[in-house]
Amino acid sequence: MTVDYIVKRLGMLLVVIISAISINFIIPRLMPGDPVQQKMDQMVAMGGTVGDVQGMVQEYRKKFGLDKPVWKQFISYWGDLLRGDLGYSLNNYPQRVSSVITGALPWTAGLLITAILITFVLGILMGAVLGWPTAPRGLRGVVPVFLVLHAVPYFLLGIILLFLFAVSVRVFPGGGGYSFGTALQLSLGSIADVLKHAALPALSIVLAGVGGWALGMRGMMISVLGEDYINLAEAKGLKQRRIFLWYGVRNTMLPATTSLAMSLGHVVTGAVLVEMIFAYPGIGHQLYRAIHAKDYTVIQGIIVVLVVWLAVTLFIMDLIYPLIDRRITYRRR
Amino acid sequence: MATMYRDRAHRALRFARLNMLLVSGLAVIVAVVLVGYVGSAIINQDDARVGAFDPGLRPSRDHLLGTDRQARDVLAVLILSIPNTVKIGLLAGAVGLGIGVVLGLAAGYFGGLVDLVIRTVADVVFTIPGIAIMIIVATNIRTMSVEMMALIVASLAWMYPTRAIRAQTLSLRERLYVEVARLNGESGMELVVKQMLPNLLPYIAAGFVASVSGAILATIGLEALGLGPQGEFTLGMMIYWARFYGAILRGMWWWWSPPIAVIVVIFIGLLLASAGLDRIANPRLQRTK
Repeated sequence: MTVDYIVKRLGMLLVVIISAISINFIIPRLMPGDPVQQKMDQMVAMGGTVGDVQGMVQEYRKKFGLDKPVWKQFISYWGDLLRGDLGYSLNNYPQRVSSVITGALPWTAGLLITAILITFVLGILMGAVLGWPTAPRGLRGVVPVFLVLHAVPYFLLGIILLFLFAVSVRVFPGGGGYSFGTALQLSLGSIADVLKHAALPALSIVLAGVGGWALGMRGMMISVLGEDYINLAEAKGLKQRRIFLWYGVRNTMLPATTSLAMSLGHVVTGAVLVEMIFAYPGIGHQLYRAIHAKDYTVIQGIIVVLVVWLAVTLFIMDLIYPLIDRRITYRRR
Repeated sequence: MATMYRDRAHRALRFARLNMLLVSGLAVIVAVVLVGYVGSAIINQDDARVGAFDPGLRPSRDHLLGTDRQARDVLAVLILSIPNTVKIGLLAGAVGLGIGVVLGLAAGYFGGLVDLVIRTVADVVFTIPGIAIMIIVATNIRTMSVEMMALIVASLAWMYPTRAIRAQTLSLRERLYVEVARLNGESGMELVVKQMLPNLLPYIAAGFVASVSGAILATIGLEALGLGPQGEFTLGMMIYWARFYGAILRGMWWWWSPPIAVIVVIFIGLLLASAGLDRIANPRLQRTK
């Protein structure tokens, strides 16, 4: 890995983050209408105290810095962001956006990482077995099943699972991250409770993802089997199992990691919607609530965090590749 | 000449037999679209009005798919929703593909700085989760319409076609017949339109299918989040309302399952079609699969 490459990739990361955050700043200001005024109108319409509305609007605008020229707002916006300050929630005023997000992020991260790992391992193994020439015939029947699963958007699968396992048969809870009225603690019961609540959301992500993975892996396995080193291994008389695991699976895992990186954005999007369906207390659910309450500052904060999180993850993965696959050098040809 | 036409018909038939994937995929999609458009003309549109019947009825002979909590006939709403969702998908797919083809051709043909700029922009937008940008735009739009929805989704449906067309253009540019045409004095525009575009057709078709299915997926996600056209019938809005009124936890399966079923059928159709187009674009796949 050359320094040149790292610098270039870092530049790309910065461009992605800066442009995403700038879009986040610019678009709401391009749109007609004033969120504060809108919010006030909404409050008045809801039958709150109708005092000096115009005065309140001015006061709020000052508070949120909306009375300054746009370029000044842009600078202070960046200044705040760099200090990790995402402002206040428009709806629950004293609450900070960052506290909404930090409360939700561990849930999302836990759910996503677990689900992605399970999908990755399951998908790779199933795909590899399917691509192996001596795979049992009956197993091929799962291919169309995978195709169908692949065609179902994550959260729709979530709805189906929710209905099947929380409504029809009440095996799992119908939503949330833990049982109401219980305090989260590090006890066996509490952990089991959390796992039980995470089971269906995780299953939706795994089931919806595993089909595509397995099919992709199957294709890669087939092409790896045509390689010379497989012939050599067979000629040497190695056991089938050894060829399968150490010559087949191991070499297909590398391109699989690449496609994992490519599909990460898709998975994150899917997980956001899955959380919404299960009212799982991660950022997807917070986003849904914020959209409903028209809490613009929370929406924007969540979007910024999502974009940066994803961009940084992809950056790290790109740097790790050459370590796991020595064939990648990133050198200019 | 007559034999040529017969030959052509014969070839079309053989193609259909060979490419069952594409044909069956298209058949599935056409069937869904027909149900939507013909059905919309047949059914009584008043059945989809709020308060038309009693709310929350189970499926029966009068209401094949029951009624929802707003007392609308689910079947009527479903049928009226299909054309709108299809419209969003096709419109967004077409706009996205249009942008993608122009950018891809420009990047591949001109190369150099043009290529660098287009490639970088595409890569940057690719890395940003599309839904993030769409949520920001959609939350700031006062009244959402079906066409607006399509445009928002289209703004992020062009990266895949851009990449695919660019890669192909790069290889086509070096082909001998393009070189010959260039030596014959054809201008850049002529070269692109007459020599390269026809050879890009399978890729353009594949790009269209990809951007349509990406657009529909994104639309349904946005709608489920509550950012869709509130006053219109679409499949995603059906799911949104079903969830909004707690249909899943109340066990009103007849409300949320029909739109899911139609969406899945549409996606399977698109998947088959794109697999079929893949075989045309990469003939070598035919042997391995």
